[in-house]
Amino acid sequence: MGFQVIVFYSFAAWLIFSALMVISSKNSVKAALFLVLTFACASAIWLLLEAEFLALTLIVVYVGAVMVLLLFVVMMMDIDYAAMRQGFVKKLPLAIIISFAFFGLLFSFITHGDFSNEAYPLPTPHPEGYSNIKELGRILYTEYVIAFEIAAIILLVAIISAIALTFRGRKHRKAQVISEQLMATKKNRLKIVKMDAEINTSEEPQTEKEGDAK
Amino acid sequence: MIGLSDYLLLSAILFSISVAGIIINRKNVITLLMCIELMLLAVNTNFIAFSHFLHDTTGQVFVFFILTVAAAEAAIGLAIIVVLFRNKATIDVEQLNQLKG
Repeated sequence: MGFQVIVFYSFAAWLIFSALMVISSKNSVKAALFLVLTFACASAIWLLLEAEFLALTLIVVYVGAVMVLLLFVVMMMDIDYAAMRQGFVKKLPLAIIISFAFFGLLFSFITHGDFSNEAYPLPTPHPEGYSNIKELGRILYTEYVIAFEIAAIILLVAIISAIALTFRGRKHRKAQVISEQLMATKKNRLKIVKMDAEINTSEEPQTEKEGDAK
Repeated sequence: MIGLSDYLLLSAILFSISVAGIIINRKNVITLLMCIELMLLAVNTNFIAFSHFLHDTTGQVFVFFILTVAAAEAAIGLAIIVVLFRNKATIDVEQLNQLKG
């Protein structure tokens, strides 16, 4: 039990620290890298909550795909970070007041609402051979199969729209025009020219022949 | 022991931090997007905590779908930002006033 407490508090501390760095760092690249650290810490905390599949998905999908995409976009742009930071100090008191008020609200709700250890005791450990992935897959492919299909369609739409938004067709591309190829006839491609026969009188062919014989 | 309220407080802190981030970084669209990702992370942590303590896998299914939609949102949002930067050479939210009548 002691080990779990140590793991929870150390990762929670790192999580909060890196989240603070995400919102306060000057450079967007730094912020993105701290966001990766935040996701890694959150994934460790999800592992404590026995959501193994989702913890690994967070690393693979979020850190591996979404954050890399974000880093690419951030590095692609030439942003004036100094101009972006204008009014940072001016907005800071407002941000602190609002976020503290928000946290106070949530805190009072969590402490006054019945989320104590008596109301929600530690769950009984899973039996031996229990697999989080198997359970998740079973419920996903039976009860939530329609939602699963809709999620797939959403991803497809996202792919298409992302490509359609950013695609810039090149002007001088060498592409086939299928309709032109099909409409082509013999006349377009082949030209027959009538001309008199030419007789080659030079002796070059003969010398070549001699060279071959030798 | 680590109770449910500890996890809830952690995600409440994370959510408050991202709210503060949205207020501070009102100019930079990319940082706003990152703050939204942080908010989704806090919400997902709540879902998984409840799923653990109630012994119900449905919460994890919800998190699965939230991750899916968040990935789609990030892809489309970044595509829009790229197009925006190409056309206006800035990602300052306050300069995006072309739709003003």
